[in-house]
Amino acid sequence: MYRYDEFDHKFVEQRVGQFRDQVARRMSGDITEEQFRPLRLMNGLYLQLHAYMLRVAIPYGTVSGAQMRKLAEIARKFDKGYAHFTTRQNLQYNWPALKDTPDILAELASVEMHAIQTSGNCIRNVTADQFAGAAADEIEDPRIYAEIMRQWSTLHPEFSFLPRKFKIAVTGCENDRAAVRVHDIGLIMKRGPSGETGFEVLVGGGLGRTPMIAKTARDFIGADNLLSYLEAILRVYNQWGRRDNIYKARIKILVHELGIEDVVRRVDAEWARIKDRSYDLPVAERQRIAAYFAPPVFEQISGDDPTHLEQIAADPQFANWVGTNVVAHKQAGYNIVTISLKPIGGVPGDTEADQMDAVADLAERYSADEIRVSHEQNLVLPHVKQADLYTVWQALVKADLAIGNIGLVTDMITCPGLDYCNLANARSIPVAQMISERFAALDRQLDIGPLKLKISGCINACGHHHVGHIGILGVDRRGTEYYQISLGGSAEEDACLGDIVGPSFDYDHVTGAVETIIDTYVGNRHEGETFLNMYRRVGIAQFKEALYETA
Amino acid sequence: MTLSAVTANRLDDGVVVYLTEAAGWSENLNDAARAEKGPAADELLAKGGADFLAVVGPYLIDVVSAENGLQLVNMRETIRAAGPSVRTDLGKQAGN
Repeated sequence: MYRYDEFDHKFVEQRVGQFRDQVARRMSGDITEEQFRPLRLMNGLYLQLHAYMLRVAIPYGTVSGAQMRKLAEIARKFDKGYAHFTTRQNLQYNWPALKDTPDILAELASVEMHAIQTSGNCIRNVTADQFAGAAADEIEDPRIYAEIMRQWSTLHPEFSFLPRKFKIAVTGCENDRAAVRVHDIGLIMKRGPSGETGFEVLVGGGLGRTPMIAKTARDFIGADNLLSYLEAILRVYNQWGRRDNIYKARIKILVHELGIEDVVRRVDAEWARIKDRSYDLPVAERQRIAAYFAPPVFEQISGDDPTHLEQIAADPQFANWVGTNVVAHKQAGYNIVTISLKPIGGVPGDTEADQMDAVADLAERYSADEIRVSHEQNLVLPHVKQADLYTVWQALVKADLAIGNIGLVTDMITCPGLDYCNLANARSIPVAQMISERFAALDRQLDIGPLKLKISGCINACGHHHVGHIGILGVDRRGTEYYQISLGGSAEEDACLGDIVGPSFDYDHVTGAVETIIDTYVGNRHEGETFLNMYRRVGIAQFKEALYETA
Repeated sequence: MTLSAVTANRLDDGVVVYLTEAAGWSENLNDAARAEKGPAADELLAKGGADFLAVVGPYLIDVVSAENGLQLVNMRETIRAAGPSVRTDLGKQAGN
């Protein structure tokens, strides 16, 4: 893992001191809320419905056991004993008091964490594949480049006041587990003509009120030139992105209005100007950062562990969990374990402090002291020996964290919605809970197969509903919650936006509508056909008919 | 009849509060000063808005008088007044 150097430590500590002073001045009346608001937002402190909300940055979703334990301690000491993991691989506290936030930030700094650039019109936390460094299909660990981009973008003076927020995601392979095509910039690692590492660069993706799938700006940029090329894109956006209308300020609108060819022409012109002026990282520095992400020392293991096979045979619940939550690792004898934060009827992404401690313990003992947060609001133990899986699973059972549903219908992305969020129009979490209860039976979930259900409580689309196989958008109609359903979206390598199926459903009928959609799939699928493939084959008409024929 | 009251979040901890007749802030909706919509409501809001040392972001909400006290008409305000509907152990509904 990356460790702070002297500069990082100093700068984060200075920021804590500055914010302590700013909070004191706000509370004494020396500055107004209008003056204070941008300052608190620069430190991740929002005001939501019931209280303040602090969004803590988890760079590319990687945390150590000690960091996780500190996050749990803060939840107990300063909040209400739990925290929420987000689709940006970050963590949110829902109840911190303003007067405590300088102390919280100081606690975070003590474990090399902060809340900087989790708000505002700057480059936000760079996200990455949650299986980075463990996935068999990756070229290199994408976090090396995520960390380089983090350092480049942190307090970047030119890009601190962009037209709007800016989100970058990177994946180390063609298989997209990081939803890169719905980011302002998406980077897909590739090999160049001489075998060198580089990236396909996609620009202008995003969700929100105007969803767009990113377009390829460049088929290949060598890793040596990544920063200068990103700098060129950001400069073009900073200069030409719209500032007259907040709803048209993201780079996706610039790409849409000018066209990708024109944007690329401008980026290339800028890049030609700057690329030889040492914007790029020297190779030695890149190697220095890469060393932080060197894989842990793996044991050389060949073949399956015989005891593991016996445990699988003897304990069907364990076998089910392995089937849904455990995938292959690049190192023989090891596995990647996903810990579901989607218990049946629970709040997606929420974890109790005690559960965070339990995960920290497991990471330290069985996963090279590493935990990942996925954009699908789950946690990952990336490096678990196959022989340790049963012990890990038993500990997860004890912590109420052994939910076997990864990739299934109850593993939903869900935004906080109107239960917490100031922007929401409708509740999302109770809808997720109703659907989760309805499909609680694992046999039924397994029969339905891979299904991505995503729920947002407003048009800002934090719940990624546009790219759900089934997407649900909460809307307010004259004071009543309604839910619009879309079908056929995907956030992966075959990314596309879902199609709205028809008139929306009220709160009491949305679960039934989802069930009708799923029953229509189950009743009409071909052998082995997934929901998404079936939808792509038959189209929307059959689902419309099933949903509205008696209406 | 639908009346107006003023709500905000308390500065130091963000708790939902309501402007009282005595120009203070109460966590209890029933303590809220109420005014008819229009100029009287605007006047009430101006009174709350001047108090930037105590609260953040005051604004007008609709309330109706019922037998058991004031009631909110809109779901967002109902959730603000109670706490998350999915965590009835938290917020004002739980007395914390």
